[in-house]
Amino acid sequence: MKEVHKNGVKWGMVIDLDKCTGCGACSVACQAENNISFRKDETDRLRRISWLEIYQISNHLPYPHTRVIHMPRPCMHCDHHTPCVSVCPASATKTGADGVVSQVYPRCFGCRYCMAACPYHARYFNWWDPTWPKGMEKYLNPDVSPRMRGVVEKCSFCYHRYHRAKNKAFMEGRRELREGEYIPACVEACPSKAMTFGNLNDPHSEVARLAKSPFAFRLLEKLGSEPKVYYICTQDWVRKQADNYLEEERLRHE
Amino acid sequence: MRKGGPLFFIVGFFIFSLFGWVMFPKILFLEKTQPIDFSHVAHGEEAGLSCEDCHYFRADGSYAGIPSIDKCMECHEGGTGLEGKAAQEEEKLLEFAEEGKEIPWLIYSRQPDNVYFSHAAHVKMAEIECNTCHGDMGEREHPPIYKKNRLHPYSKQTMAMETCEACHQERGVLNDCFVCHK
Repeated sequence: MKEVHKNGVKWGMVIDLDKCTGCGACSVACQAENNISFRKDETDRLRRISWLEIYQISNHLPYPHTRVIHMPRPCMHCDHHTPCVSVCPASATKTGADGVVSQVYPRCFGCRYCMAACPYHARYFNWWDPTWPKGMEKYLNPDVSPRMRGVVEKCSFCYHRYHRAKNKAFMEGRRELREGEYIPACVEACPSKAMTFGNLNDPHSEVARLAKSPFAFRLLEKLGSEPKVYYICTQDWVRKQADNYLEEERLRHE
Repeated sequence: MRKGGPLFFIVGFFIFSLFGWVMFPKILFLEKTQPIDFSHVAHGEEAGLSCEDCHYFRADGSYAGIPSIDKCMECHEGGTGLEGKAAQEEEKLLEFAEEGKEIPWLIYSRQPDNVYFSHAAHVKMAEIECNTCHGDMGEREHPPIYKKNRLHPYSKQTMAMETCEACHQERGVLNDCFVCHK
């Protein structure tokens, strides 16, 4: 996978869990932006589709030591030996040169190997054709193709927004994007500015700076899949839960 | 070998070749004509419009493509005093406008909705001429016949994925899925 990122861009995200209030605005923005269909009963976690799931994590200690945080989980866009890409028999999902893991719906035939392989449960299967309440189909985003029954879908880092930003830059005769011109809908919607998005390969970018924070970690880092979504949390117990550490094991930064 | 065997082979070969190369394409494609016999020559050379007057880029980099009827009515409001065949065609336009409808143009290059195409990237950045993909549309007095494939809702004239990929390959442009798919 060495040839990846040769053009110098590597899109990544940093989510500051100390700032996240668990309000769910990112998840709602994602749902609306990406034409994600929903059903009457969305409590079925195995059947519903939510590209950006928000997990509530607790340290399970009795009062007054109880601590709860909320963890938004988009697709991690794994960089190395991307688990979903390596198992896909249809080449329906690929790691792009800019690090974004793509999903081409008409090519997917719904075997769901990728869902089994994804350590983050970031992939969702369309058990039904998408439906929207009457009239709502008029509010669908024309830049995102709706999915059909029988295919897998997942977060794309709002790649259509990248296209949009590039188009605008092309009109101004630029090939390179300025920082902040391309951000996914979730990052834009976050009211507490807990989410940051940008080019991880650019040492001057905010994401690159935040990703180097001593409190930064990634989910299940031990797997070596090199996710491009970083989390920041100053609380040790959160970082401990992020990687299935054993009782006697020490944290990376301890 | 039976007598006359080669003859049967040659006749059979001829009949099936005729079917495969001549008949089948005729059956497969439904020929449709545009709702209005639009002449690019009349608008360009004779009315003195430039291509960009109708097919323009917006400031955000999106492309107008085929203009909406409002654009047509900027000039055609109340008629332009044409005569003969042209007047009949203009009459059709005025009828659409009166009913408040868009002209149901048949779009030769229509792509499925999971395909992303940026005119800005191809025309502004790569500086590819329009006629590389669209042919000499600007020099036509009549729109070409639209050949709809009976098996799917796209035309024969639309671009196939292999053509996009081949050109990208040739020019050293990425062929990642998300470059063209959404």
